[in-house]
Amino acid sequence: MLKCRAVWRKLAPLARSASTQCRHNVKTALNNGRRQAFVPATHMSTGPAGGGGSENTLYVVLVGAACLGGGAYAYMTVRGDSKRYEERISELASRSAKEAPESQPPVAPEPEEAAPTSEESAPVAELSGETESASAEEPVTETPPEAAEQAAPVLAEAEPVAEVPPEAVEEAPPVVEEAAEEPVTEAPPAAEPETVQEAPTEPAVTSLPESAPAPEPVSAPLTLPSHAPYLLIGGGTASFAAARSIRARDPGAKVLIVTDEPNLPYMRPPLSKELWFSDDPSVTETLRFKQWNGKERSIYFQPSSFYVKPEELTSAENGGVAVLTGKKVIQMDVRGNKVKLDDDTEISYDKCLIGTGGVPRNLQVIEKAGDEVMNRTTLFRKIEDFKSLDNVSRNVKSITIIGGGFLGSELACALGRRSSETGLEVIQMFPEKGNMGKVLPEYLSNWTTEKVKKEGVRIVPEALVKSVAFKEDKLEILLKDGRQVKTDHIVAAVGLEPNVDLAKSAGLEVDSDFGGYRVNAELQARSNIWVAGDAACFYDIRLGRRRVEHHDHAVVSGRLAGENMTGANKPYWHQSMFWSDLGPDVGYEAIGIVDSSLPTVGVFAKATSKDTPKAATEQSGTGIRSESETEATAVTPVASSTPAPVMEHKDEYGKGVIFYLRDKVVVGIILWNVFNRMPIARKIIKDGEEHADLNEVAKLFNIHED
Amino acid sequence: MSYCRQEGKDRIIFVTKEDHESPSNAELVADDPNDPYDEQGLILPNGDINWNCPCLGGMASGPCGSQFKEAFSCFHYSKEEVKGSDCIDHFRNMQECMQKYPDLYPQEEEKETKTQTEVVPDQDSSPPSSVSDSDVLSHSSSPTDSQRAS
Repeated sequence: MLKCRAVWRKLAPLARSASTQCRHNVKTALNNGRRQAFVPATHMSTGPAGGGGSENTLYVVLVGAACLGGGAYAYMTVRGDSKRYEERISELASRSAKEAPESQPPVAPEPEEAAPTSEESAPVAELSGETESASAEEPVTETPPEAAEQAAPVLAEAEPVAEVPPEAVEEAPPVVEEAAEEPVTEAPPAAEPETVQEAPTEPAVTSLPESAPAPEPVSAPLTLPSHAPYLLIGGGTASFAAARSIRARDPGAKVLIVTDEPNLPYMRPPLSKELWFSDDPSVTETLRFKQWNGKERSIYFQPSSFYVKPEELTSAENGGVAVLTGKKVIQMDVRGNKVKLDDDTEISYDKCLIGTGGVPRNLQVIEKAGDEVMNRTTLFRKIEDFKSLDNVSRNVKSITIIGGGFLGSELACALGRRSSETGLEVIQMFPEKGNMGKVLPEYLSNWTTEKVKKEGVRIVPEALVKSVAFKEDKLEILLKDGRQVKTDHIVAAVGLEPNVDLAKSAGLEVDSDFGGYRVNAELQARSNIWVAGDAACFYDIRLGRRRVEHHDHAVVSGRLAGENMTGANKPYWHQSMFWSDLGPDVGYEAIGIVDSSLPTVGVFAKATSKDTPKAATEQSGTGIRSESETEATAVTPVASSTPAPVMEHKDEYGKGVIFYLRDKVVVGIILWNVFNRMPIARKIIKDGEEHADLNEVAKLFNIHED
Repeated sequence: MSYCRQEGKDRIIFVTKEDHESPSNAELVADDPNDPYDEQGLILPNGDINWNCPCLGGMASGPCGSQFKEAFSCFHYSKEEVKGSDCIDHFRNMQECMQKYPDLYPQEEEKETKTQTEVVPDQDSSPPSSVSDSDVLSHSSSPTDSQRAS
């Protein structure tokens, strides 16, 4: 086209001059030929009108050539496109043929031929229950109606055939995903009319090699959904809770969970607690544990039969929850309401939840220490980490846990318990003075550390790691104060880095104080986007902005996000709780802000002979001390006799309640070895009142009873 | 008698059973039953069923969710003398659906559906045992049940 234009431009002056010449000739002819009868005008463009004639011919020739050129170009383009399409189809067919054990003949790619052969495959199928899936194709491809009809009967037939060999269905999804990717990706950018027409026939074509030889493992032309009304990014606790909430409130909802892990949604707490205490040697495979009430269950929230297959989601009559495993969302287009996966497919959504959680942090000194050290370091978070650590713990002589928080202490106790059987050395080191130093007040943290030691753990407190090296088949950890620890394997439990990878592409705000996506009290980040779980930095209308990394919070916030995604508009109000077990003596539940830097008031049940058998044998002669403080708190009349001897030297914090105060208001409560009282604790935090005497508040908990 | 000591910013109080025998004089704010923010039990203040109640576990959201909702709604609003006697069809549908997913709805469910027609659900009723046991999510925040990992 451009060539023609350029040529025309060059010739234009020529043509113009030719035409003016013609006109000039005409005028002179007219003037001259007045006496003549014929009209010279007719001779202007043709005939023997001298020099004008030849130029006219040239003009004609040029225009004709331009038209011919344009037509030829258009023809070539169309041909090239259809050729490209054919090559693509045959490539697809050969790829899916490679997946199936036998190679199948490459399919004749012409769209016209596909139609008659699809009719042939019709008698192969028996059922036609899958007609809904045909309608699923329509949102995928913008098709002219007749093309859709063509595709529909083919799909209807091909699917039942695919389901006939049940074992093949297992193999089919990975194949389907790959084969089906192409129609999905090709359809949306339907720039040229050819691709639109071709798209519906693509599934038809891919179905042909499979439908013909039925007994072979067949890949059905089921496409992954390109649109999900509810899209949940991340397959953890928050996403699952949201899915459940959405399904409960929106009947027939279709929920798609996209996760980069290979597992269905599971709960994390047993990975560092109950699973380690199981007597079952195959626990790493079954992942089943015994609950507090004696009943056994799997860590998976629901077995796989609960979920709908992603390919069947769009057509499912009553909706359902589908989990797309092994796929990572790498980009978000907020204005276009769609996400892009790591395999270049796009999924559009109406409402989206980001539940991406986080990745374990590592120490910089370990990362810089080289491969030998990194290979012997575990960052504990997922099922695979549990399996590998379980394996390691059976094969090495010494494990060091760096970190004194929840995860580190729980793992230390779990491994310490195992050490009594295997002779494994378990070391735990952390910068604080005692276990849970950032959570428990100092006296309690020290007491807890003694308990952890009793579990068989060697504690190295106030330890700052300076460097780690691999020497003589051992890991040498050098601390800043000069101490050295030699070990075989390291478990780093030094915190969680919230996963905010999508913030940039989606234009979402990240909180600088707490990390994570910044969301409002209703957990909303932007229109149609909510965030829940570890990754959400949200506004708690009672306790202020915070980010919580606990299981129950993931459940509560996931459930709330699900409610808000279905139109509820409720703020974060129901306080989540958390719990931890450290060996047989120490177990606690907590709620609210539990930060050891806050002033605390702890009310403990005084040790009686019932609580600590040891006390009964001791005879502490001195009487009861009763110190009255400046404020009139906790001073009850001193009785002359005491029912049981009191341990004077070592306070036994057997059970009690600890209140965390901020500006005299209780913002956090720990129930220390007392259970079933969480609703009272929740109520106190919800009230947000200033209580003059916290001992009176403690009475509400009945700590002396079981 | 209790005794008390201060360690820096932390106060520690030891109390005996007798110390705590007298009723508490701590004032708690009265609960507003119509608080829209609060977690609700199985039945909402307006009488509707709260399908999102943790006590229901996965019943309303699973593959048989719609059948369960129909059956339970019918039962809830039933005004018959024998409550739910007009809902037999719905319960049968639900049972048929559940039989298709034996690992989701273990066969004890058979007894479940029968007892459900007899038991009238209360606001804070204890949930059917197999439902609560099969669901950890219920442990966290249902008003009656604050056990861990139930």
